[in-house]
Amino acid sequence: MSFESKTPEGPLKDQWTNHKNNINLVNPANKRNIDVIVVGTGLAGGSASATLAELGYNVKSFCYQDSPRRAHSIAAQGGINAAKNYQGDGDSTYRLFYDTIKGGDYRSRESNVYRLAEVSANIIDQCVAQGVPFAREYGGLLDNRSFGGVLVSRTFYAKGQTGQQLLLGAYSAMNRQIARGKIEMFNRHEMLDVVLVDGKARGIIARNLVTGEIEKHSAHAVVIASGGYGNVYFLSTNAMGSNATAAWKTHKRGAYFANPCFTQIHPTCIPRSGEYQSKLTLMSESLRNDGRIWVPKKKEDVAAIRAGKLKPTQISEEDRDYYLERRYPAFGNLVPRDVASRAAKERCDAGYGVNATGEAVYLDFSSAIERYGKEQAQINGEPNASKERVLELGKKVVEAKYGNLFEMYEKIVDQNPYETPMMIYPAVHYTMGGIWVDYNLMTSIPGCYAIGEANFSDHGANRLGASALMQGLADGYFVLPYTIGDYLSNDIRTGKISTDLPEFEAAEKEVRERLEFFVNNKGTHSVDYYHKKLGKIMWDKCGMARNAEGLKEAMQEIKELREDFWKNVSVPGSMDELNPELEKAGRVADFLELGELFARDALEREESCGGHFREEYQTEEGEALRDDQKYTYVAAWEYTGNPMESILHKENLEFKEVELKTRSYK
Amino acid sequence: MNLTLKIWRQKGPKDKGKIVDYKVNDISEHMSFLEMMDVLNEQLINSGEDPVAFDHDCREGICGSCSMFINGRAHGPAEGTTTCQLHMRSFSDGDTIYIEPFRANAFPVIKDLVVDRSAFERIQQAGGYISVNTSGNTQDANAIPIPKEDADMAMDAATCIGCGACVATCKNASAMLFVGAKISQYALLPQGRVEAEKRAKNMVAQMDAEGFGNCTNTGACEVECPKGISLSNIARMNREFLTANLKK
Amino acid sequence: MSEKTTLTSSSIGRKVVMALSALFLILFLLLHFSVNFTSIFSEDVFNVASEFMGTNWIVQFIMQPILILGVLVHFIMGFYLEIKNRSSRQVKYAQYNGASNSSWMSRNMIITGIVILLFLGLHFLDFWVPEMKYKYIEGGTDATRYYEELVHEFSNPWRVLVYCLSFVFLALHLLHGFQSSFQSMGWNHPKYTPIVKRLGDIYSIVIPLGFISIALFHFFISN
Repeated sequence: MSFESKTPEGPLKDQWTNHKNNINLVNPANKRNIDVIVVGTGLAGGSASATLAELGYNVKSFCYQDSPRRAHSIAAQGGINAAKNYQGDGDSTYRLFYDTIKGGDYRSRESNVYRLAEVSANIIDQCVAQGVPFAREYGGLLDNRSFGGVLVSRTFYAKGQTGQQLLLGAYSAMNRQIARGKIEMFNRHEMLDVVLVDGKARGIIARNLVTGEIEKHSAHAVVIASGGYGNVYFLSTNAMGSNATAAWKTHKRGAYFANPCFTQIHPTCIPRSGEYQSKLTLMSESLRNDGRIWVPKKKEDVAAIRAGKLKPTQISEEDRDYYLERRYPAFGNLVPRDVASRAAKERCDAGYGVNATGEAVYLDFSSAIERYGKEQAQINGEPNASKERVLELGKKVVEAKYGNLFEMYEKIVDQNPYETPMMIYPAVHYTMGGIWVDYNLMTSIPGCYAIGEANFSDHGANRLGASALMQGLADGYFVLPYTIGDYLSNDIRTGKISTDLPEFEAAEKEVRERLEFFVNNKGTHSVDYYHKKLGKIMWDKCGMARNAEGLKEAMQEIKELREDFWKNVSVPGSMDELNPELEKAGRVADFLELGELFARDALEREESCGGHFREEYQTEEGEALRDDQKYTYVAAWEYTGNPMESILHKENLEFKEVELKTRSYK
Repeated sequence: MNLTLKIWRQKGPKDKGKIVDYKVNDISEHMSFLEMMDVLNEQLINSGEDPVAFDHDCREGICGSCSMFINGRAHGPAEGTTTCQLHMRSFSDGDTIYIEPFRANAFPVIKDLVVDRSAFERIQQAGGYISVNTSGNTQDANAIPIPKEDADMAMDAATCIGCGACVATCKNASAMLFVGAKISQYALLPQGRVEAEKRAKNMVAQMDAEGFGNCTNTGACEVECPKGISLSNIARMNREFLTANLKK
Repeated sequence: MSEKTTLTSSSIGRKVVMALSALFLILFLLLHFSVNFTSIFSEDVFNVASEFMGTNWIVQFIMQPILILGVLVHFIMGFYLEIKNRSSRQVKYAQYNGASNSSWMSRNMIITGIVILLFLGLHFLDFWVPEMKYKYIEGGTDATRYYEELVHEFSNPWRVLVYCLSFVFLALHLLHGFQSSFQSMGWNHPKYTPIVKRLGDIYSIVIPLGFISIALFHFFISN
């Protein structure tokens, strides 16, 4: 197993160019003889599949959904960052790099992040050429907006559906290659193991989810692009099917798993309404550009609101606590996600939560409506417009900006956010941690790559808004297709990999036995029963704030829950049919291991940084307290058969270009 | 609230299938429709029965997986809404709710409420793309200004989530709103104009080969489309297809 | 992208055939109505107009066959598409709430169409067959016969009733068909489509109502 970052020599800004100039390439005639498997068809997997196929490799793509277009990248709302500096507000590759490193609280690899910033501009060119209908200004040029935590406008967007449009772009590129026969698409297939031959990743075992057939697929390299593990919390903004199985199986076969405790809790989600809740819905962070976040100052107002005796609009300005503006005057409501989330939790824990569950704060658009209304009245030449007219005009402006989000909110909560403030609460949204990869995006298994949210690489301890889409597409379109050639250049004479090799047989047998166990177990509890329990442990003890005691308890509780799961889980139906419960069982089994490693990683990291907040390590004002002396490293875990006994490998992070500073948004 | 559910159960593609009655109790009006289905499935699992299979994933109205025909309407009674975003407040205590799969010959049932929508995939593969390499060596994104109106219209067409509600609700099981939206998105943008004619011909040919019915302009698709895709996209497709064929 | 498909065998091609024949029939109907309408205020004008239509060789030997062809194409294609469309969903829904998202007219063009077809049969028997017999077999040349025939036919209350009902169905057919044929041709425009729809509604009500009034007028005059 290899554990070197393989960061190229030389100054940061030349590294990627030099690296591309020096790595081995595969000649086009030889690419025809090389197969690559890509698992997952989100932004990373979809773009990688399309590009690899276009370069000439034979690609086999897998997704558990009935179409690649349904991967959960589709749900990203806000936008995608790129250092285009179209707005002329001083943006540059360096600034995007710097913001990303700082936003990630100095726990990411400089070289990777710089490369990300470098290729970001290409993404926009590429997507426009593909027909992605980004928002435009009246002059016909692309529009930008500013997004949580940064001081420039570098975010490109397509209404509130940027992820959808970018994914459909990648999907269209895939379709072109499917039509050419260069991508063989396997919809409704789930990867259940990776197969190693002579220590190299040479294929996967997948289950056809419709027929239940267990299939062996071989290739010269395997790319994991299966997204993040946010569903370890049961409730998250991930899709119901989002899972860590592909990543976790890869981990179990030897790929190190890095920084599992770095999880992002998104501040603006629709609060939970009851026990039956199956998932949480995100409201784009762009709302924070115009919405003001507050809770009542007085406990009696809180009680009256919860009892339904008082409406938020009846609370006067003096009795409102705009706590973000109070605590962080410079950034106000636009502080990074982790800061905003913790501040909300702090207020709710102190008893100021504004809904029945006590877990909600207000996001109020009334001042924005008024401000925009006055502006618009001025533009329309109605300086003496009445208050009603101003509000009417203001609502129109707000509708043009956030109409679809407001509509979505009203659909779910049944309240009109133009009239009454929205209620929001943080929810698990993105996992910065993931499979450890080197500069080439190769995991510690030779020939096995991880891209997009599935890897750990670019966001450190906290991801900035509109950076996930950027990373997914950067990895898939512009990084992996080149770096993979360096490895595959050694495989031009290998020839087809046979799926009759004993390694394939053995892996298939293991997969089959596990599935047989589930359908034959006839236990007493459904899979969801365990998933919900796991989720509760994770949220309570490994959530927005963690402490040593809670983490130790979590590890123990997860271990016990796992043991109970393997005794008492009940999976109806059989193996050889469409069986959603069986699919879930396998995924939850993996979450039950991942959750424990998560807690272990969080316990090990005795500092607070980004999304990882340890209560023991905070400043007097309650801000995160990093320990750069001891923890400026990537925690890469090696599987040994039991998460409790995983071995910690440290990749020390060197910062040559940036100086480590305490993040301050005051 | 307490409800009677009449759900289409079908073991597999070859099974004949039938409507089966179920009862669920104590359903909260704040639940989503799929959360109500979760309650039913938990109930079925605990009593040793096979849970109802249905497609769903993001549960926030964007992935296009969910596909239920509820009380005679695609995605149920609320307009502009996917099944996953339909909430139980649209129903009342004591209601009987019919739940069927999206039906069309081109959408064969796989199991219960799960249908095979791969016909949509093949239509997109026939031309739902711009033939440009993903190399990143394209021209600068701002090299071609595009009128905001055109970009907005293209975006409106591009918001299609490919759920198939248009097909399910159409009395003819026609897929023209879906295909029209895709053809329109590209036809409205200069990047897509280059291949617009071939695209219209090829996608329509594939649509026909899949066995969808023909459009009779009832407009039902536009009403039931969760993303409000406009009928004008079908007209645009007709126009594109006609001019393409009249030219050569 | 390589190319595949031909216009005539495609779904859209067939839609266009329906739309073009419909638009042609709509024009014809307007002409037919204009001629008939003269019968209300002038027997002579009606007879002159009818004689022109009945003897002009362009009308008789070019336009009349085209019209018959148009009618045949519209009906045959209509039936063909209806059968194909119905068979596109072999397993039917247990519950199907069509009224929630579309008009009755748009969903039942086949019913209104069949009624119109039956009516056309009757209409041919009433006017066209006797006319052909008279003109081309018996060799009759009376240029003032048209008005009398018209009045004679509309003196029968049952016939008038059937005619009136048929025109109601024609109105229903047109209420969807008029604007639908524009949509099928791809003529959809944010500015002009609302006007077309408006015009379509007016046409669909006024023309059948006009035909009904002509029938009633002659019925009441003759009784």
